[in-house]
Amino acid sequence: MKKLLVLSAFAAMLASGTALADTSGKKIAFSNNYAGNSWRQAMLDSYAIVTKKAVEDKVVAAADVFTTADKEVPTQAAQVQNLILQGYDAIVINAASPDALNGAIKQACDAGIVVVSFDGIVTEPCAYRVVVDFKDMGKQEVEQMAKFQPKGGNLLEIRGLAGTSIDDAIHAGILEGVAAHPEFKIVGSVTGDWDQTTAQKAVATILPSLPEIVGVVDQGGDGYGAAQAFAAAGKPRPTIIMGNRQDELKWWKEQKDKDGYQTWSASIAPGVSTLAFWVAQQVLDGRKDVPHDLLVPYLAFTQDDFEAALPKIKEGGVATHEYTQEDAIAAIKANIKQ
Amino acid sequence: MTALAPGTVPRTSPRGSAARARMLRSLLPALSLALVLIAIAWLNPRAISYFGFNLMLNLAIPIALATIAQMFVIAGNELDLSIGTFVGFVGCVTATWLREAPLLGVLVLLGSIGVYALLGALIHLRNLPSIVVTLGMSFVWQGLAILILPKPGGKAPDWLLAIISFKPPYIPFPILAALLIAAVVHFGLMRTSYGVILRGSGGNAAALRRAGWSLLRTKIVLFALTGLFGVLSGMALIGITTSADANIGNGYTLLSIAGVILGGGEFVGGRVSPIGAVIGALTLALAASPLLTFMHIPPDWQVAANGAILIIVLAARVLISRRER
Repeated sequence: MKKLLVLSAFAAMLASGTALADTSGKKIAFSNNYAGNSWRQAMLDSYAIVTKKAVEDKVVAAADVFTTADKEVPTQAAQVQNLILQGYDAIVINAASPDALNGAIKQACDAGIVVVSFDGIVTEPCAYRVVVDFKDMGKQEVEQMAKFQPKGGNLLEIRGLAGTSIDDAIHAGILEGVAAHPEFKIVGSVTGDWDQTTAQKAVATILPSLPEIVGVVDQGGDGYGAAQAFAAAGKPRPTIIMGNRQDELKWWKEQKDKDGYQTWSASIAPGVSTLAFWVAQQVLDGRKDVPHDLLVPYLAFTQDDFEAALPKIKEGGVATHEYTQEDAIAAIKANIKQ
Repeated sequence: MTALAPGTVPRTSPRGSAARARMLRSLLPALSLALVLIAIAWLNPRAISYFGFNLMLNLAIPIALATIAQMFVIAGNELDLSIGTFVGFVGCVTATWLREAPLLGVLVLLGSIGVYALLGALIHLRNLPSIVVTLGMSFVWQGLAILILPKPGGKAPDWLLAIISFKPPYIPFPILAALLIAAVVHFGLMRTSYGVILRGSGGNAAALRRAGWSLLRTKIVLFALTGLFGVLSGMALIGITTSADANIGNGYTLLSIAGVILGGGEFVGGRVSPIGAVIGALTLALAASPLLTFMHIPPDWQVAANGAILIIVLAARVLISRRER
């Protein structure tokens, strides 16, 4: 009889679609391997804002952040093991290595801990991965370019940090986009490491050897450097895709005010850390249908809305977006459909 | 240890105070380990359990092995700045060739120990500073590691995983392993006659040469032992992480040097202590990670706090050795 009652209560809860389990007593830890650049700082800031509110609202009991002193894999593996010992219910992680942390991640899963990775994801199957669709981002860059340069022409590609999965994915997307738009041709490719100074040097070096360039497709953090290199070489200003950095958007605004310059900007929002947090909360809430691989959209700005976002970005920072619980539920739903 | 009954030597006697300081020095590693353990027990009682020690200390085993490796070169008045990347190289070999082609893997690992032995010979014959040679080698090992494993990945051999996940009754495996390492190396280096010669090559090389011992041979043996323990460290590390990354061991170079010094060793004079080195490595591993995690320091300060803990632990060691002089 009692069992039946519990079962029917359970069924009622399922039907009403509300939380299956209370997460107000759950503790979520954030294991972070690096904090030394503007993107990571923005990631930590967003995370602090959202989790502080979640703790105040008693959605979760605690959301602590742990950053390792070096970028080393063993240090983070030890950190994850300590978080297991601390009795956390979930670990959100930006991992130092996709594979080499799997041992520690598996131990966490075996201890009944929910692990959600993002940005630097882990391949251990028991963990969840929040992945931004970088390939689509690369493809969109060429799609957008086709709007601004309908006649087509020569493109210059700026690559990111070599050997990373992100660089691979964006590059693959750009190639796919160019295949769909035969009016464009990539005539040169340089490595910019997502860094304005590196990109500026690389572009300046290759520019003299290139024919006329109508557009630059890149990976973010390199658009402003590319613009500087073109200006310094006295070459006509091409359409440069931007990557949501403050200096890039500021330059875009200057050009727009001057002569109505048009382009497009996209990057992964550092606030994706907060989405990972909400995904962890949802799993703790008892949701069993969360896919282990969640593809989430990137953050993009167009000619019409970038100026509104600009004042909100810190000097030298990156545009970000803090996700809400509803965003996470929507993202989970969108991924179940696929 | 000199057995002096209290009272037979006046308190102010310099010899007595030196003996006390020496006693303190040999006790300091154990003392600092006990302190760190007490702090952890106080912050998180749950950690002091079979499960807890397993989790907190398993990554200390490769650090302890790397520290022992470093200790051998330090015993010969040299330094090895390549041990970290060497551990990473061994890790990459372990996660790839040792699993897929065990014979090739074993040959490569034995060959790398041979390279270490040759380095010892080179350093001795050409009278080169070991810091320069090993710094150069650190880039070679790193480059080879990236060649073998350009992207993180690979998988540890099953037998290695089985050894590392072995769960003996009552005593957690990492503690058992630490005791075993300390005992074996202590016996070999401190209790055998050739061990005395090895340490003597750092303590008084001229005397050894006059007594007819080959300094070339001692240097080769010391470097080969470093290579051997470096290989063991890399394999243990991969057994724990299950998968490799070319940069996985980079932090071990400085950790291993700090471990030797914390464990009562000296940079010159062949004065090293295997038991101290193992304890030093465990202390560093515990102080840097579990203690820090359990203290709940705000994220902005965590990186600095890690450094502060290391400085405090090492400062106690320096204070005592100054008293000794």
